[in-house]
Amino acid sequence: MAGVKIRDEIRFILNDRDVSLKDVAPDLTLLDWLRLSKSLVGTKEGCAEGDCGACTVLVGKRVGSGLVYESVNACIRFVGSLDACHVVTVEHLAADAARLHPVQQAMVDFHGSQCGFCTPGFVMSLYGLWMETPQPSDLDIEKALQGNLCRCTGYEAIMRAGRAISSYGKAANDPLAKERAAIIVRLSAMDDGTRVEIGEGKHRLIIPADVDDLAAILEAEPKSTVVAGSTDVGLWVTKMMRDISPAVFIGNVEGLRSISERDGVISIGAGVTYTEAFELLAARIRALGTLIDRIGGQQVRNMGTIGGNIANGSPIGDTPPPLIALGARLTLRKGRERRTIPLEDFFIAYGKQDRQPGEFVEAVHVPVPAKDEFFAAYKISKRRDEDITAALGAFHMKLAPDNTVAAIRIAYGGMAATPKRAKAVEAALAGKPWTEATVEAALEAYSRDFAPLSDMRATAEYRMLASKNLLRRFFAETQAGGAPTQVSRHRAA
Amino acid sequence: MTKHSPNLKAEKIAGGVHTGQRHDSAHKHVTGAAVYIDDIAEPAGTLHAGFGLSSATHALLKSVDLSAVRAAPGVVDVLTYADVPGENDISPSGMHDDPILAEGKVEFHGQPIFCVIAKTREQARHAASLARIEYEELPAIVDIWNLDPVKDKLVTTRLVLKRGDAEAAINDAPRRITGRMRLGGQDHFYLEGQVSLAVPGEDDEVIVHCSTQGPSETQHLVAHALGVPSHAVTVEVRRMGGGFGGKETQANQCAALAAIAAKKLKRAVKVRMDRDEDMTATGKRHDFVIDYDVGFDEEGNILGIDYMYALRSGFSADLSGPVGDRALFHCDNAYYYPHVHARSAPLYTNTVSNTAFRGFGGPQGMVGAERVIDEVAFAVGKDPLEIRKLNFYDAMGTKGHRNVTPYHQKVEDCIIQRIVAELEESADYAGRRREIAAFNANSRYIKRGMALTPVKFGISFTKTESNQAGALVHVYTDGSVHMNHGGTEMGQGLHLKVAQVVAEEFQIDIDQVKITATTTAKVPNTSPTAASSGADLNGMAAQDAARQIKNRLIDFAAEAHQIPKDQVVFLPNRVRVGNEEISFAELVRQAYMARVHLSAAGFYKTPKIHWDRSRGRGHAFYYYAYGAACSEVSVDTLTGEYVVERTDILHDTGRSLNPAIDIGQIEGGFVQGMGWLTTEELVWDDKGRLRTHAPSTYKIPLASDRPKIFNVALTDWSQAYEPTIHRSKAVGEPPLPLGLSVLHALSDAVASVAGHKICPRLDAPATPERVLMAIERLRTEGRGAA
Repeated sequence: MAGVKIRDEIRFILNDRDVSLKDVAPDLTLLDWLRLSKSLVGTKEGCAEGDCGACTVLVGKRVGSGLVYESVNACIRFVGSLDACHVVTVEHLAADAARLHPVQQAMVDFHGSQCGFCTPGFVMSLYGLWMETPQPSDLDIEKALQGNLCRCTGYEAIMRAGRAISSYGKAANDPLAKERAAIIVRLSAMDDGTRVEIGEGKHRLIIPADVDDLAAILEAEPKSTVVAGSTDVGLWVTKMMRDISPAVFIGNVEGLRSISERDGVISIGAGVTYTEAFELLAARIRALGTLIDRIGGQQVRNMGTIGGNIANGSPIGDTPPPLIALGARLTLRKGRERRTIPLEDFFIAYGKQDRQPGEFVEAVHVPVPAKDEFFAAYKISKRRDEDITAALGAFHMKLAPDNTVAAIRIAYGGMAATPKRAKAVEAALAGKPWTEATVEAALEAYSRDFAPLSDMRATAEYRMLASKNLLRRFFAETQAGGAPTQVSRHRAA
Repeated sequence: MTKHSPNLKAEKIAGGVHTGQRHDSAHKHVTGAAVYIDDIAEPAGTLHAGFGLSSATHALLKSVDLSAVRAAPGVVDVLTYADVPGENDISPSGMHDDPILAEGKVEFHGQPIFCVIAKTREQARHAASLARIEYEELPAIVDIWNLDPVKDKLVTTRLVLKRGDAEAAINDAPRRITGRMRLGGQDHFYLEGQVSLAVPGEDDEVIVHCSTQGPSETQHLVAHALGVPSHAVTVEVRRMGGGFGGKETQANQCAALAAIAAKKLKRAVKVRMDRDEDMTATGKRHDFVIDYDVGFDEEGNILGIDYMYALRSGFSADLSGPVGDRALFHCDNAYYYPHVHARSAPLYTNTVSNTAFRGFGGPQGMVGAERVIDEVAFAVGKDPLEIRKLNFYDAMGTKGHRNVTPYHQKVEDCIIQRIVAELEESADYAGRRREIAAFNANSRYIKRGMALTPVKFGISFTKTESNQAGALVHVYTDGSVHMNHGGTEMGQGLHLKVAQVVAEEFQIDIDQVKITATTTAKVPNTSPTAASSGADLNGMAAQDAARQIKNRLIDFAAEAHQIPKDQVVFLPNRVRVGNEEISFAELVRQAYMARVHLSAAGFYKTPKIHWDRSRGRGHAFYYYAYGAACSEVSVDTLTGEYVVERTDILHDTGRSLNPAIDIGQIEGGFVQGMGWLTTEELVWDDKGRLRTHAPSTYKIPLASDRPKIFNVALTDWSQAYEPTIHRSKAVGEPPLPLGLSVLHALSDAVASVAGHKICPRLDAPATPERVLMAIERLRTEGRGAA
């Protein structure tokens, strides 16, 4: 495209060294590059799908004028997504074997390692946590470690270590804290605001300069693979060995990274990660915060985007059902044209969405429920954290002064080929008194809305029964002083 | 680590036995400096492998067209069964039923058919997907639920245990219950997957760096596959990134392929499975179907019992015979059965061949026993804990007859009564029982449950010849010690414990003892590090080696100084020779000058044990390890979701060699056992495809699944009844079945929805789905009964 400056290399910092790479394939993972090209073998491959955390490294990215270090899965993170970032691996922590980093010394002293294979990943996750939260609660530690599997210790020793890190050193004195300003200067110098284009044919990688550039690129090359957090596309490469060229990396595109509220509607750019969205969403729509805490592990939340969760059209994607229940709208863009549609209309059929070639998801707009409205989102999975949903129900309701149902929207994931409204159930409730009898009577409508499948996550029978019971739970939770309806580690059941 | 000069005035050495020591490699684990097989610097030109796996479940291979694979970029060679120079078999049991690469037919979905060797791993994996294979499908047996354990095909012979007349006792008993339980398997999910790096040497030599628990067996099977003597093959492993039994026999396939390719191509070859391939193509813990028929009295005394333990062996024998045996050895758990008849049925299926996994069938045996306890308790209307206590073996030192196992071994060291009594007290079992009842009475949706379950675990390989070990100890002239033994390190701290034993023997600080990689070139013919036996066997062998050298040093000093031998005394880091004290290093230097042999090979074989499988009789175990766990859960009766509120454990490791390591084994073993019985679900579809072959679909516990309150203690009063290494007890496997307490706590919570009148018969793994479905069933039956 005429007038666009193009750079033919990506630049970032690895530990203490500046790196520039002219020869980088779009599907080159950070883990392979670290281990095979840089001989940094402290970072391990446990699963190559972002679920075990053995490959955890920190990536420092600029946010506004600051720099935030987040844990990520190197196994599904592409090198092409690291432009103007600071990659920190386990090798960067200890000055030498006799002077371990506080995180490392705590892990040693509290017997936090047995076989040791997962340990570098745990160290990095705990390091990321400690920098942000030097005195973490057990909940904080557990959340930071949701994406780290250990098969040996049973975790108790790692928890003890996690609680004790600050007694070994002050986070404020950590090199990454003290050198932060200098790193920002180095990273800013790398980011020259140009488009990056590397390679050709099956090895083509593009980083758009901005949103307009992205729109132009996709219009010109509609068969490109759009890569945001790569928590899904990463597996296309590592597990399905798919060709993703040309890959367009949008994680750094500033214009897609904003989240803001105006007139009671929260607009979330397609490049906003779960972690970035969490604070505002949890504050304004509490149930979404609780839900986000159970999506992936911390590393996946640090990479994955709500835009990607919508765009990939999964029938069990965790955010679409609650967003549909809230009446969210989606902005799609192609070239200079934009259109905004109800989110529920985006999902047409299994694997099919209302997205034209060259079109991309730009933002999702989520109305904040009014104070007198009820909203809940319940995820059911085999394991509470870092698991893919078996069934997820979201409920958004307004009661009339006479306690009848003035408006209700219910949407489910995992119950059909797409995220789907429970319209028959809604109809069975609308206008009726909001009573247990109404709820019980509405349950038979589920069979008109859904005919779920059996798979490795759950049988159809369980999905149906549990989904019905989620309506019962929603009812119970709308009753003042109602009995506890959920088990939880961190509040009284 | 900084080296220090030994403290010659110390009252105790640093790192002796019975002290809590940090893992010897901890500082390397946390810095990423610990080297695993995939981290070894690769020799120039190292080639990499990709697997071609069967997409049929049971089929004849009509044609295998690999032309596109061979033509793919980077491909150097493609191995099929025809490339195996020796025998195409890695059966550990001598059954010749475990091909390295499929020949003519495939017997499970995911069975390796060919192996691509390419310049990069990525190229090898890509190329592997290009094969065109035609299958002629054959009928496939996937699940065992509908098989006949008496008549259907077995992979090896069954074991039958019989004592007394179970049939008559059951018939004559006042009460009788029959039932059936499904018990799921478990993937090992070692964080480091299967991997081997083979480096070819001169003549027929090859060195295989292999993540294996059984280097000697890997050596023998690689030699067998290459058609060379064992002396040509060296297998070495410094550490594994987890094993849990999954690298006892399952490591051999990668090792054999790497060695075959390396010798054929005269290049180093690395074979590393992708996680999905690893979970698809390597064996797991056996799932079981357990049939039980129990006769008992109104008090809840078990009078006679009959068990059938059917297990899904997969397509080959592997270790399924002995796994089924060990299930029967533990069908009593800690309970005395006056009359018992128990059979195993290692059933053939067209699934991956199941294998060893921490506990080796023992935990599955106990699950059956504990189900029966629950059945009896609900039938007679008592707390299951009362039934447990009623049926325990006689305590050590009491004169009774209730001390004979189903395999006719006398239980001489039973301490379960004291453990359970102490745990009941420390966990406030009675008080919390009342609180839970009160809570449940007032809680509509959330129900709590609690259970206290015992563990008695038999220690020894039931294969008698495996109960031997070797070690090699060198003392260098500066007084530093090189230690090697046949055991392997997989995170359990075995090397550390054995080093503690050696340090204790010489009375030198542990940092003077160098831990070295396990290699078949130093200690030959070793047993796999399995059956919890690592420290028991290798500790004794290393102690023997150290003692030999120590005795030579004593002889030398006594003679040199013309004093009686008992006046040569090893003190911390020094030796008192008559009235003089010299450093250990000085004594060693003097001994060297006097030409004393400062190296020794140690050996140990476990005494007393014998086992006659054909008669089902013997002294199968040298001793038993005991423990008990009390767990409390909260269950959401709308969804079946649950939280483990609290677990208290009291566990017996005798006089622990290293309490810090042992606590880690217990915590980790419990959580692993809990995972097996709760969220870890292996799902095969009706076509025989494993659908849970990655951590995205197979869910092991997370930090947020461990008990909210988790109290673990060692029995500080116990010591091994037999003269084990420093009177310690094995700790690898025995803690795993402590996880049963969670299954039974869930069962207790489920039972509350029907007023504890109906046995929930909660199968495992008790996923939220199984819990909710059990709740629904009890509600329905409860209404029917009301």
